[in-house]
Amino acid sequence: MLDTVMIGAVLASVVAAATTLLIASLGELVAERAGTLNLGVEGMMIIGAAVGYATAYSSGSLLLGTLAAVLAGVALSLVFAVLTVWLAANQVASGLATTILGLGLAGLIGAPFVGTRIDAAPELRIPGLTDLPIIGKAVFGQDAFVYASIALLVLVTWGLARTRTGLVIRAVGESHVAAHALGHPVRRIRTLAVMFGGACAGLAGAQLSLAYTPFWASDMTAGRGWIALALVVFSAWKPLWLLAGAYLFGAVSILQLHVQGFGLGIPSQLLSSLPYLATVAALVLISALKRGQGAPASLGVPFVPDR
Amino acid sequence: MPLKLERQENVPLAGLVAAPFVALAFTLIVGAAMFLAMGHDPIEAFRIYFIEPLGDAYTLQELVVKTCPLLLIGVGLAFCYRANRWNIGAEGQYVAGALLGSWLALATHGTGAGPWVLPAMLVLGALGGAAYGLIPALLRVRFGASEILTSLMLVYVAELFLDYLVRGPWRDPAGFNFPQSVTFDAVATMPLLLDEGRLHGGIVIALIVVVAATFVLGRTLVGFSIELGGSAPRAAAFAGFDEKRVTYGVFAVSGALAGLAGIIEVAGPIGNMQPSISPGYGFTAIIAAMLGRLHPVGILVSSFVLALTYIGGEAAQISLRMPFDVTRVFQGTLLIAILAADVLVRYRIRRVEGVRHA
Repeated sequence: MLDTVMIGAVLASVVAAATTLLIASLGELVAERAGTLNLGVEGMMIIGAAVGYATAYSSGSLLLGTLAAVLAGVALSLVFAVLTVWLAANQVASGLATTILGLGLAGLIGAPFVGTRIDAAPELRIPGLTDLPIIGKAVFGQDAFVYASIALLVLVTWGLARTRTGLVIRAVGESHVAAHALGHPVRRIRTLAVMFGGACAGLAGAQLSLAYTPFWASDMTAGRGWIALALVVFSAWKPLWLLAGAYLFGAVSILQLHVQGFGLGIPSQLLSSLPYLATVAALVLISALKRGQGAPASLGVPFVPDR
Repeated sequence: MPLKLERQENVPLAGLVAAPFVALAFTLIVGAAMFLAMGHDPIEAFRIYFIEPLGDAYTLQELVVKTCPLLLIGVGLAFCYRANRWNIGAEGQYVAGALLGSWLALATHGTGAGPWVLPAMLVLGALGGAAYGLIPALLRVRFGASEILTSLMLVYVAELFLDYLVRGPWRDPAGFNFPQSVTFDAVATMPLLLDEGRLHGGIVIALIVVVAATFVLGRTLVGFSIELGGSAPRAAAFAGFDEKRVTYGVFAVSGALAGLAGIIEVAGPIGNMQPSISPGYGFTAIIAAMLGRLHPVGILVSSFVLALTYIGGEAAQISLRMPFDVTRVFQGTLLIAILAADVLVRYRIRRVEGVRHA
């Protein structure tokens, strides 16, 4: 009996870890499908975590905290959008700048809250189903963020593939010149896509500091934004594959923690580095198999209309 | 949108030189707003942050000490960025160099080894950094994996490995269980340049690197192939320059210089191996490279400015109780400002009539 409880708890924490990655990578996927490579995910995520926690702690409202986190992510993404979309600056450098600024601002905002705690976002229980053994808690006993991430996945998958908006986003990402010639406002669409990515990164940050680990610590994102970026490559820019990738990486990062707990004599640092090594391995594997297939053709190329 | 950008054919040199200063001015304005928002008098804060460190001999030395790693790493990154290869994992290569170099320091500890130890450590440091830098290069050339993400992931791996060593096999048995190695012997320590303070020989090495890099990048075929491979890859291929060799070359150089910076830092100001051996030099050096226009002499100036933000940040932490993150905000704003200022140099903003969407 203890074992099923334990397995259920592990599964539930895998879901929580995967949710952070899924939300952030879905947003970045949309930005990349529109042709903008935003390396600022880590910065937008951590400012979401800081602002979300600060707001929730001060107001006592998780909903308000989540909203503030999303807005903070959007605000920081606008810095990136102005630089890359409107000023045609280099996207790699601009993304790094966004991340550095985000880490700094988050540290300033979060400083007064170090050492405090709040109650984690409540689990939404469905009587009967939540009490099922093993999978009950993992599937039917999660917080609102988990269900939001799945809704977001459906929205992005369906939206990109089946709606006019999705078609325009993909057109802009594949060939901004052609999209421009057809009369689509390339830069406005890219700005909106980047803002969507910022909103998702902010939401992922809120999930981190309000539900997954309900406290604030500087650098608490610990590279998750970068892993989310790698997941987009891993998915070959297909949203459904993000689900597989996020849960795979969620599983790796949780299982290594539990192996550390068992104390098998493996250095904890080696286990802690597994998610990062797995990311490198996944990138290599997918790049070797696909050789850049699936990447939007205009990804990372600045657009300057000449007429 | 009645404004549009128009690419300028001949970028004026004056503009290229002026852009960093415009960026700096913008950063100071943002900084003043930040200090006001935090409830500090901006003029007083600026005095503590940027003026006071320049005023006494001790902090001036510290400035040069902090300039050294930024300069070494930044010059190396200039090789990568000129070639349009995005190595953002210099922090990891810094750690890798420090690890390999320190291995020798610890292996010869207490054996009475001669003065050959330090030079050998520096060579090992450069080799360690280069080897670590070549991993993302290899993964890019062989498998097409994005060097941006792999180089960054390897930073975390290197830092965790360092953490393992100083808490495990390398821990000083007589160190009261503190996670750090023994203090390096005198033969494994950077010589000091002055009787007092921490100014060490690293800056001499860094200045030699600046001169050498200026020559290689500006006056040799190697430098030209790097530049051409970055700005016009197809032309470079037609000219017979090997793209793969450029990738390996620039990653090896930038890795080696980052590794050298790492071993100099632990053999100099730090003096032993600890869980944390860098306040983010590898990332700040990216800003130094950009702010210095990817030119070694420019990076010399920008590294000094960025070192000032570190020293000022420490001073503000003590006397104004400001979190150290203020420094990160300054650095991030500076990078954003320089990227924006760049556009205003390279493009002309024109009003256009009668165009709806842009």
